[in-house]
Amino acid sequence: MNQSLHNGADAYLSRYEGLRDRLPGDAAIRDAAAAAFKAGGLPSMRDEDWRYTSLRALAETDFGEPLSMVATAPILGDAIDAPRLVLVDGRYQPDLSTPPVGVTVTPFSENPYFGRLPDTKRPMAALNTMLTEDGVQLHVAAGVDAGALVLLSLAPQGHRPIAFHPRHGIHLEAGAKLTVLEIARGEGAYLHNAVTEAVVAPGAVLTHIRLQDESRDAFHVNTTFAEVAEHGTYDAFVLTLGAQVARTEIHARLIGPHGMVHLNGAQLLGGQQHGDITTVVAHDAPNCGSRQTIKNVLSDRSRGVFQGRIEVARAAQKTDGYQMNQALLLSPQAEIDCKPQLEIYADDVKCSHGATVGELDADQLFYLRSRGVPDAEARAILVRAFLAEAMDPIAHDDARALLERAIEQWWEHRA
Amino acid sequence: MLSVNNLAARIDEKEILRGISLDVPAGQVHAIMGPNGSGKSTLGYVLAGHEGYEVTGGSVTFGGADLLAMEPEERAAAGLFLAFQAPLELPGVNNANFLRTALNAVRRARGEAELDAVGFLRLARTESKRLHMPDDMLKRNVNVGFSGGEKKRNEVLQMAILRPKLAVLDETDSGLDIDALRIVADGVNALRSPEFSALVITHHQRLLDHLVPDRVHVLSRGRIVRSGGPELARELEANGYAGVVADAA
Amino acid sequence: MPAATETIDTVQSLTQSGYKWGFETDIEMDIAPKGLTADTVRMISAKKEEPEWLLDWRLAAFAAWEAMVEPNWAKVGYPKIDYQDIHYYAAPKRPAPKSLDDVDPELLAMYEKLGIPLKERAALAGVEGAGMEGVIGSGNPNIAIDAVFDSVSVATTFRETLAKSGVIFCPISEAVREHPELVRKYLGTVVPVSDNYFAALNSAVFTDGSFVYIPKGVRCPMELSTYFRINAKNSGQFERTLIIADDGAQVSYLEGCTAPMRDENQLHAAVVELVAFDDAQIKYSTVQNWYPGDANGRGGIYNFVTKRAACRGARSKVSWTQVETGSAITWKYPSCVLQGEGSVGEFYSVAVTNNRQQADTGTKMIHIGKNTRSTIVSKGISAGRSDNTYRGLVRILPKASGARNHTQCDSLLIGDQCGAHTVPYIESRNPTAKVEHEATTSKIADDQLFYCRSRGLSEEDAVGLIVNGFCKEVLKELPMEFAVEAQKLLAVSLEGSVG
Repeated sequence: MNQSLHNGADAYLSRYEGLRDRLPGDAAIRDAAAAAFKAGGLPSMRDEDWRYTSLRALAETDFGEPLSMVATAPILGDAIDAPRLVLVDGRYQPDLSTPPVGVTVTPFSENPYFGRLPDTKRPMAALNTMLTEDGVQLHVAAGVDAGALVLLSLAPQGHRPIAFHPRHGIHLEAGAKLTVLEIARGEGAYLHNAVTEAVVAPGAVLTHIRLQDESRDAFHVNTTFAEVAEHGTYDAFVLTLGAQVARTEIHARLIGPHGMVHLNGAQLLGGQQHGDITTVVAHDAPNCGSRQTIKNVLSDRSRGVFQGRIEVARAAQKTDGYQMNQALLLSPQAEIDCKPQLEIYADDVKCSHGATVGELDADQLFYLRSRGVPDAEARAILVRAFLAEAMDPIAHDDARALLERAIEQWWEHRA
Repeated sequence: MLSVNNLAARIDEKEILRGISLDVPAGQVHAIMGPNGSGKSTLGYVLAGHEGYEVTGGSVTFGGADLLAMEPEERAAAGLFLAFQAPLELPGVNNANFLRTALNAVRRARGEAELDAVGFLRLARTESKRLHMPDDMLKRNVNVGFSGGEKKRNEVLQMAILRPKLAVLDETDSGLDIDALRIVADGVNALRSPEFSALVITHHQRLLDHLVPDRVHVLSRGRIVRSGGPELARELEANGYAGVVADAA
Repeated sequence: MPAATETIDTVQSLTQSGYKWGFETDIEMDIAPKGLTADTVRMISAKKEEPEWLLDWRLAAFAAWEAMVEPNWAKVGYPKIDYQDIHYYAAPKRPAPKSLDDVDPELLAMYEKLGIPLKERAALAGVEGAGMEGVIGSGNPNIAIDAVFDSVSVATTFRETLAKSGVIFCPISEAVREHPELVRKYLGTVVPVSDNYFAALNSAVFTDGSFVYIPKGVRCPMELSTYFRINAKNSGQFERTLIIADDGAQVSYLEGCTAPMRDENQLHAAVVELVAFDDAQIKYSTVQNWYPGDANGRGGIYNFVTKRAACRGARSKVSWTQVETGSAITWKYPSCVLQGEGSVGEFYSVAVTNNRQQADTGTKMIHIGKNTRSTIVSKGISAGRSDNTYRGLVRILPKASGARNHTQCDSLLIGDQCGAHTVPYIESRNPTAKVEHEATTSKIADDQLFYCRSRGLSEEDAVGLIVNGFCKEVLKELPMEFAVEAQKLLAVSLEGSVG
């Protein structure tokens, strides 16, 4: 029996066959990705990296191509006051975008660059490489503080279901600074399978904040590869609110001494949503630090997944790694699965992780109520407090406020 | 104001209160004293509506209403305030936000207009100054990293802001030095009026030197075994509980 | 600090180096030809004079094993095992002894050398000669011992004493004959034959092991212990242990193991099943000291073991304590299925790896019943070029309201050529359950070492002292006489890891 029939790769491979000659960029790179994707197929729970999240359901839907025309001006939604780059159905829309100062923006379709960080081992990144047609490449020159920009990915209602695989790159030269606020929104059923490569040169600081508020019928898969050179900082936050199945995968590698990685995040899920945050922080160089705080708030029949691995190579002495994953189960049908891992090969390191799972603290709830705060409000306060540890470090005030508004809205819709 | 009638309660099958009757008229301060394990704190929790305690008998009316039928927040709105013996820490909850949310919830329930951020801060600053609390206590998370004394003062600050009709102070004096004790007592005394009552649960006479009670009740094994005037507290301080408790047995 | 001084003394008293239990015993053996087929299974069953049902059970297990593939998810690497190149049965030729007096003097001498008192009077007399470090139960008069030599049990002590209180303690092959109703009722109910590759293999070819039954309300009057010894070349040991504690029963069981030093790897694939009914308590302690191979990773035991407890009764409690210092490869996850309301599972583990050793060990706590509680304390110490992995699962099922778990996993690295890994899986499906997991990785701080050395300790002694402190939480769970030996063993295992 054909192996790819088994693993759900077929429809995607035949789509690739059809599109191959029209897709931009080096076909050899795409072919290699196609071969890898064919061998592994859509991820399933048999892969240890996908133990708690299967994407085999993607084989059951016949996702079409997005139409090339943007019929109506899309609703942009809540955002912050900053230059913005807009993609509709995975395609860059210069007409809707306001170019930032200090950042060179190159659409992938004009200059197809696949990046240089490895991705063939990751099935969804391979799928992206195989089928991507657009995305944005951001470049900040050495020493430039480029401020903040919004990267808005919209999938407005129209022809459905569709799949798009945008390919982004963020490259900060030495000492450069940039804050990227990525927002993903949409309507109806679609697959948004993005890959982002972030390169942080010595002394550069990239702040990467994401709000995933996709349609509740969507599949959202986002794979980020970040490489941080000496004295560089990659500071990421992701808030997962949307999609029926979401997987956010971040691979951060510290390749020079005194680098720093923050990977914080929160998922607030309801209904039958499935949200997965998976991180791998690789310490390859000495004297680096990494901090991760991930919070899960799970109601109804939702399922939250967190997998986080800290890898410390032999050379990475004096590593300081920390990871905390916490989950609040708000309903008897909700489920959390977590797998925090340490993989340590250097002896002079300080690494720790922690995980807690439980419900709201009954005594705290009583204390609030004894001060007159009604039950529902008291719960909301405690949930916000629970999230605070992950939210507070977001240095960009407007971005943080935006995320807080999104959380408020989520909470109100839930109640 | 508060009328407790033959109140019985238990926790995890264990009887703690075995028929307490007590009347605290408006404008009066009553003290509850008694040895460890006599049920003093349980009385406070039951009055505030802690779900861990099961009321097995008796009744409590507060301002004429059935207190035991109310949710904890309804009791607070009705004017009941419990100063916790061990105030809880709420990591991630800003003290000022917490107070304002509580105050506005109570005001809403009482049909009063909510206070805006500016109006609230003015009130909170005034009150915290009066309690000799540093301004930054309002900015910090509720009780997180507070010293024992700061936590107790924070309780009194909450009381001063929420303006209850009846305050139940559960060993608010424990762990306080003499200056802090005076501040706490002053905080309560400032509220004293014909409409304000307090039930002061304490081990020691010394708080009662600053906060002179109208009546003193001695609790032992879940019952009030003796009641008297302020002199009763002094007698207990001098002779201990043994005599009183033994007399009753 | 009298306790610390004592530890220093015991560490210092160990002047020998290396593995001291590696001698070979020359005994006339009855050894089956190499290879594994259904006929091998029949042969073992026939040797043991087993009833038909057990042969059928074994053959079913063998069929299941043949259809399975060897697992590869653990963080261990080893050359492919040729399962046809192993002797599946090896037993001393002398007919099974009827009493202790009939035991082959060679064997008695060997156990004496190992410090295992197989003579009851000797045991009663107390301490028994030299070479006993790291061996369980040595010198304790109040321990009943079942000694398993390759494929058979060669002696079980204190059986009469135990019988008086209704406790059954005998080789499992004997239990099959004498108590078939009990064996048949419980065998394979905790670890089903097709549970995993090595459990299926064990079910097909297991040769001996211990059987324990503690009747209702009985508190076992003495510690029970099994001592496993692999002696024969190119053989595997596949023992099977079954312990049943009826309502309100209590037992403390100890197990120890050693093997000769050989250049070839040898396979040890055991299955241990524990069943605890209402209010029953089982404490299961292991000091695993199989031959770990030499400094270059040649030889040593592959220790692939399935241990699981079913806490079936309300308020039942099973406590696993293990000190793992031996074996070239350890693959072992003593687990608890917490079914009974309010049942309790505990796992206390010290795993030391040095040289080229690899250990992938941990536990599974499956919370099924209400108010079930579990505690996991794991201490991993890696030195040399070894790899040490904690792998654990805490699963809270929807009905396990009020369940609690606390996990503490600490790793200590000695030197920069080793690895320490932590792979916990936490799955909760009940909001009222509380799960807490903490893990840390650290090294022995230079200032700690300096402090000890400035007080006159050698660096090696200081390491031993600090490691023992690091493991204290686990060691205190061991029966006292065991704990002292475990401490010495830790120091010996880490010899040559510093300096």
